[in-house]
Amino acid sequence: MSKRKILISLATMCVLNTAAMAQGPKAGGVVNAVIQPEPPSLMIGLVQNGPTQMVAGNIYEGLLRYSPKLDPLPGLAESWSVSEDGKVYTFKLVKGVTWHDGKPFTSADVLFTIEFLKQTHARARGNLVQLDKVEAPDESTVVFTLKQPFGPFIGIFEVGSLPMIPKHIYEGTDFKTNPANNTPVGTGPFMFKEWQKGSFIRLVKNPNYHVKGKPNIDEIYWHVIPDAAARSVAYETGKVDVLPGGSVENFDVPRLSKLKNTCVTGAGWEFFSPHSWLWLNNRSGPTANKKFRQALMFAIDRNMAKDVVWNGLGKVATGPSGSAIKYYTGAVPKYDYDPAKAKALLKEAGYNGEKVRMLPLPYGETWQRWAEMVRQNLQDVGVNVEMIATDVPGWNQKVSEWDYDIAFTYLYQYGDPALGVGRNYVSSQIAKGSPFNNVEGYSNPEIDKLFADGAVAFPDAAREEIYAKAQKILVEDVPVAWMLELQFPTITRCSVKNLITTGIGVNDGFRDAWIEK
Amino acid sequence: MISFIAQRIAKAVIVLLALVVLNFFLIRMAPGDPAVVMAGEAGAGDQLFIAQLREKFGLDQPLPVQLFLYVKGILSLDLGFSFRQQMPVSKLILDRLPATLLLTGTAFAISLAFGILFGALAARFAGTWADTAITIAALIFYATPLFWVALMAILLFSVTMDWLPSFGYETVGAGYTGLAHVLDVAAHLVLPATTIGLFFMATYARMTRASMLEVNRLDFVKTARAKGLSDAVIQRRHVLRNALLPVVTLAGLQAGTLVGGAVLTETVFAWPGIGRLMYEALLQRDYNLLLGVFVVCSAMVLAFNLITDLVYRSVDPRIEFAS
Repeated sequence: MSKRKILISLATMCVLNTAAMAQGPKAGGVVNAVIQPEPPSLMIGLVQNGPTQMVAGNIYEGLLRYSPKLDPLPGLAESWSVSEDGKVYTFKLVKGVTWHDGKPFTSADVLFTIEFLKQTHARARGNLVQLDKVEAPDESTVVFTLKQPFGPFIGIFEVGSLPMIPKHIYEGTDFKTNPANNTPVGTGPFMFKEWQKGSFIRLVKNPNYHVKGKPNIDEIYWHVIPDAAARSVAYETGKVDVLPGGSVENFDVPRLSKLKNTCVTGAGWEFFSPHSWLWLNNRSGPTANKKFRQALMFAIDRNMAKDVVWNGLGKVATGPSGSAIKYYTGAVPKYDYDPAKAKALLKEAGYNGEKVRMLPLPYGETWQRWAEMVRQNLQDVGVNVEMIATDVPGWNQKVSEWDYDIAFTYLYQYGDPALGVGRNYVSSQIAKGSPFNNVEGYSNPEIDKLFADGAVAFPDAAREEIYAKAQKILVEDVPVAWMLELQFPTITRCSVKNLITTGIGVNDGFRDAWIEK
Repeated sequence: MISFIAQRIAKAVIVLLALVVLNFFLIRMAPGDPAVVMAGEAGAGDQLFIAQLREKFGLDQPLPVQLFLYVKGILSLDLGFSFRQQMPVSKLILDRLPATLLLTGTAFAISLAFGILFGALAARFAGTWADTAITIAALIFYATPLFWVALMAILLFSVTMDWLPSFGYETVGAGYTGLAHVLDVAAHLVLPATTIGLFFMATYARMTRASMLEVNRLDFVKTARAKGLSDAVIQRRHVLRNALLPVVTLAGLQAGTLVGGAVLTETVFAWPGIGRLMYEALLQRDYNLLLGVFVVCSAMVLAFNLITDLVYRSVDPRIEFAS
C-alpha cells in the first residue's frame, strides 16, 4: 500500500468514525434476547422471580429508577421531596401517563398499588412496615407518611420492588385469579403482545409511552431455551443478540466474549449486588463453634475461586455488605487464604474430624464446580466434608428446615443494609420454613439492636456509623462464610447500544436501548 | 374382536387409576413443595407468603383428602390446575402435545422405515461390506448417548455449516405462512427428529437383520425356494413378513414413549413439547401438572399396547383374540 493510499484510508476512517459518533439513537429494529428459565407469569405484582422481573420490567414501571450509584432517578414520579424530619415523602407524578389500555395513570393507582402489594408481595410488605399512611391530595401527587424516619425508604420504588398496578383492572377482583394476569397491562415502554409457552414471549413498542421519543426499539422477543449450551449456540449462530447475566455457564463467557461484534459488561447489578456466601449452621455441629467458622474463612481460597470458577468476574467479599451498596465499609477483620492459620484454628476449636454436610447450590455447572473446589480447600486443612446432591426444591427444603452444615447460596441486597442485609443476621428473622431469612440461626442482641437502630436512624451519617459497627462485629463472628460479590456478565452484540443505563440493568427494561444499523 | 377391545379398555382404566394413585404418592415423596420453590425463586418469602401459597394449592389439606380430590377430578376427566402456571393442566398439555407428537412421530416413522430397510439390506447381503457397514453404524448409534449426538449435530450443522436451525420449533418473528411455514418447521424438525430416530433406527436395523437371517433358515423358506419363487418375492412375502414380528413388539414399546420419551432432545433443542413440560414440572414440584403428564403418557402407553396387539393380528393371522 502506498503512503498516499494509507493516508486516504485513514482519512476515510476518520470520516466514518465521526459519522458514527454523530449518530444519535436510531429508531426501529428487533431485539432477540434469552430468558431462562421460563417465567411462570409476567404479572410482577404477584410473581417476583428473576425471569419475571427481567421481562416485566419492560411492561411495568416504578415511581423511581436508580442510577448505578443508587441515586434515585425519575420514573413515573418526575420529582419528589422529603420533609426535614425524614418522615414525609411527597411524589409528583408525571402527567399524561396512560396504561397500555389507554386509561390514565393517576395517584389513585399508586394508593391502590400499595394495598395490592401489601397482600401479594412479600418483599414490599417488609419494605412498607414503617409506612403510617399514604394519601393523594390530587391526581398527580402522592404523600407517604412514615411512623418514624426510615432511611432506606427512598430506595424501595424500583419496578421489581414496587411496580405500579392498574387499579381499574384489579380493584374488587380476586387478584390471583384475575384473567388479566395473562395479559399484563402496565405503563412501561413495551406492551405485552404474545406468549407461546415453551417458545417465546413477544413485546412490542408502546406508541404512547410518556417519555418522548422512547422506546427506540420496535419489538423484543424473549426466547425460552432450557439448555445452557443451546443458549450459547443460539448466540453464536446469531439467533439471539442479548444474553442477560446468568444465561450461559460461566466457562462459556470467555469464548463468547471473543466472538466478533460482541460486547460484555458486568454493569447493571449494583442495586441487587448478588452476594454469595456459605450458610453455616450456627446451631449444631462443628459449625456452631466460632473458631471453626473463622477457620473456614481462612481455609477457602476465594481469590482462586473467583479466577477459576468465575473467570475473574466479581470481587472477593469482605463481609455482610457488598461494596456497591450503601454504608459499606472495608475496615473490618481480614480473612486472607491461610491454610496454616485455618489448621491452627481448627485445633483450637477442638475439631475432631466430624463429618460436615455440604449442600451445593443446584443452579448448574458453575456452582457445582465451585462446591467441589471448596470441598478440596476444606479437605486440605483436614475438614471431613460430605457433599449432598439435591435439586432446587430439595435444596430449598433442606436449607429452610436447617438440615445442613454448610450450604451455598447467594442473595440480593437491594441497595441498602436495612433491605437486603439485616434480614440474614437479626434474630427476629429466624423462622423455619423459609429459605431466605436468618437460616444460619445466628443470634446476637447487639446486632439485633444495631440493625433495628440503623433502619430508622436519621440523618444518613448516623446510619453510616451504626452499620460500620455492625459490619465489624459480624465479620469477627463469621455467622456465614462470605465468598464473592457476584457479577453476572451481560453479553450483547455491540450494535445493541445503551441497554444498561441504571443500577438494575436489564431488569429496568429496554426503554433507552437502540440498535445501530 | 369388539368384546376383546372392550375388555382391554376396561382393564386399562383400572391400571390407569392404580398408576395415578402410585404416582401421586411417588411425587409427594420428593423433598420440597411448589410453595417453597416459588418462594425461593422470588428471593424472598415470609411465612405468610408460603402459607398463602400452600392454602391456595390445597397443600395444607391432609394427604388422603388431596388424593381423594385428585382422583375425583380424574374420574370426571379433569386433570386439575397447574399451581405454577395458573392454568388448567389439560390446556397446558394440549398446547404442547402437537409439537411432541410431530417430533416423536417423525422420529418414529424415520426410524421404522429406515431401520427395517437397512436391516433387510444387511440380511440380504449378509457377510459383505454393506452388511458390515450397516452393522457398525447401527452399533455406534445404539451405544452413543442421545444428548451427545444432539450436541454434535448442532455443532456440525448449525454452528459450523449453518444449514439448520439449532433450537426452537419455528423461526420466531419471521411470520411465515403456508408452504414457507411448513418448510420452516420441517427445517427445525430435522436435527431433533434425526437425533431421536437414529437410536431406534439402529435398534430396528439390528433386530430386522437378526430376525431375517433366522427366518431364512426355516423350512417354509426352503419350500418356497423349491417351489421356484423368485428370491425377491421370498424375501418380501415370506421372510420379511415373519421377521417383522419382534420388530412390531419393539415398535409398540417405542410408540408408548412417543409422548414422554423426548425430554432430553426437547431440552437440548428447545422444542416446546411435553417432555420439557414434564421435566420443568418436576423441578418446580408442580404436582398436578406432573401427574397430568403422567396420566396422559400412561394412557398413551396403554392405547399403543392395544394397537400393537391389533397389528400383531394383522401381521400374523395365527394370533387370535382369545381372552
